Amino acid sequence: MNDALRLKICDLLHENAKLSPETIARMLGETPDVIEATIRQLEEEKVILRYSAVVNWEKLPVNQVTAVIDVKVLPQREVGFDAIARKIYRFDEVKSVALMSGGYDLQVTVVGRDIREVSRFVSEKLATLENVTSTATHFLLKTYKSDGVIYDDTDGERRLMITP
Amino acid sequence: MNTLYDRLSPVVRNLPPSGIRRFFDLASQMQDVISLGVGEPDFVTPWHVREACMYSLEQGYTTYTPNRGLPELCVEIAKYLTKFGLAYDPAGEILVTVGGSEAIDLALRALVCPGDEVIIPVPTYVSYKPCALLAGAEVVEVPTYAEHGFRLTAEALERAISPRSKVLVLCFPNNPTGAVMERADLEAIADVALRHDLFVVSDEIYAELTYGGHHVSIAALPGMRDRTVVVSGMSKAYAMTGWRIGYAAGPEYVISAMLKIHQYTIMCAPHMAQRAALEALRNGDSERDRMVESYDRRRKLIVAGLNEIGLPCHEPRGAFYAFPDIRPTGLTSEQFAERLLLEQGVAVVPGNVFGDPGEGFVRCSYATSVELIEEALRRMRAFVQNLSYHPVR
Repeated sequence: MNDALRLKICDLLHENAKLSPETIARMLGETPDVIEATIRQLEEEKVILRYSAVVNWEKLPVNQVTAVIDVKVLPQREVGFDAIARKIYRFDEVKSVALMSGGYDLQVTVVGRDIREVSRFVSEKLATLENVTSTATHFLLKTYKSDGVIYDDTDGERRLMITP
Repeated sequence: MNTLYDRLSPVVRNLPPSGIRRFFDLASQMQDVISLGVGEPDFVTPWHVREACMYSLEQGYTTYTPNRGLPELCVEIAKYLTKFGLAYDPAGEILVTVGGSEAIDLALRALVCPGDEVIIPVPTYVSYKPCALLAGAEVVEVPTYAEHGFRLTAEALERAISPRSKVLVLCFPNNPTGAVMERADLEAIADVALRHDLFVVSDEIYAELTYGGHHVSIAALPGMRDRTVVVSGMSKAYAMTGWRIGYAAGPEYVISAMLKIHQYTIMCAPHMAQRAALEALRNGDSERDRMVESYDRRRKLIVAGLNEIGLPCHEPRGAFYAFPDIRPTGLTSEQFAERLLLEQGVAVVPGNVFGDPGEGFVRCSYATSVELIEEALRRMRAFVQNLSYHPVR
């Protein structure tokens, strides 16, 4: 399989998931058939997991609170951190889980309707899990940039219409 | 009638106004125009470069610099040029200028005596001819053709040579055609230059923007270093057009002569912009390469699209312009550009403004977003289809 092509396709789709196979084919000098087949394969292999929009929820009338929680755990024999991570990420409230180096082990992102809901999740569900030794909850106040996207980007077209 | 106007310098009075002006005025009055007419990157200067400039202001770097530029910037430029096999002494063979444009002006003024002939392959960027005329030269244009990928051939150059030939101006990768000269092409040109004792002013501002091959500088060919002024700058490769930092590199005797003009007319390039250029050259390679890859993808997109529409387009191997052949439409370049703008709201630059052999072509810059390129192509397709239902004349 052509790794360079796969990488380029993922790079383009990660930037803009709405690009059509035809456009991608032109940009990379391939045929749409090759691009479609490669994308299908990437999907089957779960390299591409989902196509979704980057949404600035602050601009919508929704009540939503995001918390980033530092979780310390006791790793277990044989399965290390994976088993406890699995227990955590199966909760619907949990949007992301990552194993971190440094002062704590798992970084967990939780989204709820309000602070109370998130607090209840942490105190009743997360902190009580076996092998979770401590949690530190940080509520997110404002997102400026996420996954390479600046939320309040004011960079517009500043060039003159025609220049030599 | 002898007006005050008549007393202006005849050289200046006789300079034609830029052919782009009319389209600029027209396009500026319209709504919902997609412009493929912009000759500069669509990236904002990378943040680390902007930040370095702000830091330099905090540090109070608001003074003059040495005439030839910050010594450490000259060192970085000399180091950078080694990637093209060029070796220049930063203390005497590099000059930092206000954009590549100033370097072109200085080089021509330093090299040209009144009545000398300056040879300019066309179509090309619009500044060389006026600069040569202002320097007192006679301009001899050499046509390049789509059939040769708009490369300059030794035969065409040879035909333009006269006993008064003095300077050859090269601009490759080329604005507006996107043509590049490969080593063998340049060797043939160098051979002519050596036999006829020509100086070469080589504008290599688009050197980083080459696709599927590496840029070759004519100054790196045997015997050419002593008679070539390499002109380049930060504008295109590092998305720094507004900073106006360019440079010239050449043999000490020419650079010293250019330095003399520069020190009396300009003094030095802006200090804070030189600090920014320093940061870009030291730490800007990965951002630059990312931008080049992005241009390359859009280049392929627009070339494929133009060919599908029925506007044959040779493969531009450099810069960020496609130069499609619009003769199948039966329109002139000016008619095509004007009607496309008025009927579909897409701005392109008629090829003839870059010299007579550009007639029959238009310049489309692909330094714009994928979405806008695709929308522009849709509109151009509609425009061309509409023409075929209502043929000209």
